[in-house]
Amino acid sequence: MPANTIDPTKWVDSYSDYLFNYTISRVNDRDMAQDLISETFLAGLKSMKNFKGEASERTWLIAILKRKIIDHYRKSNSKKGKAEVHINYKDDESEGDWLEERVADPFDKTAEDHIENEELGEAIYTCLSKLPEKQARIFKMKTIDHFDTEAICNEFDITPSNFWVIIHRARTAMASCMEKKWF
Amino acid sequence: MKVKLKCRDAEHICDKNQYKEAGFWEKMKLTLHMAYCRACRKYTIKNTKLTQAIQSPEVQTVSHSEKEALKKKLEQQLSQQ
Repeated sequence: MPANTIDPTKWVDSYSDYLFNYTISRVNDRDMAQDLISETFLAGLKSMKNFKGEASERTWLIAILKRKIIDHYRKSNSKKGKAEVHINYKDDESEGDWLEERVADPFDKTAEDHIENEELGEAIYTCLSKLPEKQARIFKMKTIDHFDTEAICNEFDITPSNFWVIIHRARTAMASCMEKKWF
Repeated sequence: MKVKLKCRDAEHICDKNQYKEAGFWEKMKLTLHMAYCRACRKYTIKNTKLTQAIQSPEVQTVSHSEKEALKKKLEQQLSQQ
């Protein structure tokens, strides 16, 4: 029994913001990022069978997304027609070794890289994903989507004081998580 | 009218204040409370930092309509399989 299961119906709600922030800090273009994450989700659907459950769903999707981003840059480079890097192989034997094989493995991110590379948006959504689901949803609705307190209370069927307790817990957890990751 | 706050209530007002939902009197009481309570001062600073971080323009969100469109696309794919 794999440790992690896959459920595509929840992908958009759970991961699109995180993936979007991840992409936008790398391609710097809203529309392009949008396309890339939708491609990622579709590719994920197609290769769902290959998901072994060793990594979490999100890690798996990020791995696909990284490939898509690399492809995106390759495409835009080859359009210019001059971006290919020509390498002279040292001897005949090594000819045909792909350039990629010489490059450091992108998946092999060390902890240090992680700290340096994480952008604010990613940090926030990473922290958000660590909260309990209900807390995270309410916190997101209130803080990021700017819903009214009343509207959220109605939707979740909770009292305002209930709501503020949830917000308080979420804020404390977020603050200490961000303290570690960002500030 | 009670002027002194308990820390719990002070934190509650501080949370509300992050969303600009605290009343005038509540804010006054919070300021007074913070004048002598170090823990709540610290909490307020942390809380404000968090609000600022989230509101900074670097943080992007996928809009609701975009999400719906994405969901539809995925569902179509799923049903085809």
